[in-house]
Amino acid sequence: MMWPLLGIAAAVAGFALRLNPLLAIALAAGVTGWAGGLPLQHTIEAFGHAFAANRYVSVVFLVLPVIGLLERYGLQERARLLIARFKGATAGGLLLAYFLLRQLGAAFGIPFGGHAQVVRPLLAPMLEGAAEAQTGEELTPEQRNWLRAHAAAAENIGLFFGEDIFIAIGSILLIKGFLETYHIVAEPLALSVWAIPTAVLAALVHGTRIRLIDRKLRRDAR
Amino acid sequence: MIGIEHVYVLTGAMGLAFAGLSARDASNPKRFGNAAFWGLLSVSFLFGSELSDFWNGILALALIGIGGFGLMHRGAPVTAEGRVANAAKFGNGLFVPALVIPAAALLGTLFLKGSGFVDPKQVTLISLAGGVLIALAGAMLWIRPPPLAPIEEGRRLIDAIGWAAVLPQMLASLGAVFALGGVGDAVGQLATHYLPLDTPLAAAVAYCLGMAAFTAVMGNAFAAFPVMTAAIGLPLVVHRFGGDPVVMSAIGMLAGFCGTLTTPMAANFNIVPAALLELPDRNGVIKAQIPTALILLAANTGLMAALVYRV
Repeated sequence: MMWPLLGIAAAVAGFALRLNPLLAIALAAGVTGWAGGLPLQHTIEAFGHAFAANRYVSVVFLVLPVIGLLERYGLQERARLLIARFKGATAGGLLLAYFLLRQLGAAFGIPFGGHAQVVRPLLAPMLEGAAEAQTGEELTPEQRNWLRAHAAAAENIGLFFGEDIFIAIGSILLIKGFLETYHIVAEPLALSVWAIPTAVLAALVHGTRIRLIDRKLRRDAR
Repeated sequence: MIGIEHVYVLTGAMGLAFAGLSARDASNPKRFGNAAFWGLLSVSFLFGSELSDFWNGILALALIGIGGFGLMHRGAPVTAEGRVANAAKFGNGLFVPALVIPAAALLGTLFLKGSGFVDPKQVTLISLAGGVLIALAGAMLWIRPPPLAPIEEGRRLIDAIGWAAVLPQMLASLGAVFALGGVGDAVGQLATHYLPLDTPLAAAVAYCLGMAAFTAVMGNAFAAFPVMTAAIGLPLVVHRFGGDPVVMSAIGMLAGFCGTLTTPMAANFNIVPAALLELPDRNGVIKAQIPTALILLAANTGLMAALVYRV
């Protein structure tokens, strides 16, 4: 039965037509339920159940009052000043250090980082401060946004390609549990070992791209 | 024992405070839209575990209505002027509360797991919430801002994110409806009936690329993994061509993560951070990630082809 694919088509069409994403989601859920032969009430119930079950994703917003307060009293300015005091610090060098530490930490199951906790209040302003110190010019809005996007990207890539090396992480346990239902026994350690080649490649590929940030800043400054 | 429900109550209380202060923000032309949105989200956190699935669904639809039809507007709360002057006054001490939060999450995860005081399954989030409370208390005593300042400043940041704050939960819910509606089975049938998967190499490559593509659609590699593995991985790569299931699963999951980096459906990694960093382009983070994602997908596909039949 191919009809449920209409739901995916609705989601893709909604995003492509620049419909508000929330409306695109509601549309896709409605179409999927209808095409899959579910009564409307069941679709609403499935949606509501998952919405409540996934509340933990939004708990991270708890940090916003503290971060907002510290920002208002000068946290981001302080982060900029601090990094500018280190003469040799560059945006690329700083981001590379964060990226590698984030990846290494994730590989050992150490939770530090996060977009709301670290990237917005500390990492992004430090990158901007370092970039301004190294070029001696104020950043353009485009450069600022580009640096911020790279800060978020390093956070994600470091996390994704580090955490699978840690044996107690969700993805490893999911694989183990799923294979067990097919009577295949997989040791978590055996699974995590095969995440190492990709982790090394990710460090090389994304690390190289981060190194190129300094070069682009230098070229733009000229 | 402290569980995730306690953290939800705290989050709900914060939402209620955002709603109250939004409602009396006369500078915002759509203040009641904001108040209703944060208020309803707060209801979900406070009572979501007691409400029936149906009413949780209605609540989610109400949030979609408010956010989707443009009934919200960014408020402009101000609690203190002169950030640069303040930065000089408070100095590097401002870093201490900011670092307490990740430090508490880290130490709590390492040391509280077996303590019996907290639910070991949710120890990181509970420790994070504890760190927030410690940092907030310390900052309030030291800085002595107006009492409502943390709520107003939190509202400044959450209003910058706006309705996108609920996208991750909404997309997870859509994923649940996709699963219930049989989308996974349909994708599996599509792949096996219409793709020429009659060589070991073709099957391994299709599994890797399928993981990435289906993850991009679902926004989550965890949702894609059971579908692609049941449809292509186990029947073809493992049983028909004799591939190793452990290598296949481990590398396949990483191929899925490459898909996560490319999709607005993974809102908590890609869309919410763009809003949080106030990027004008909603897809700015994705654009920074795509070159790395494509190179790593190619590399994972190569690793899969080279290793899955050799081990």
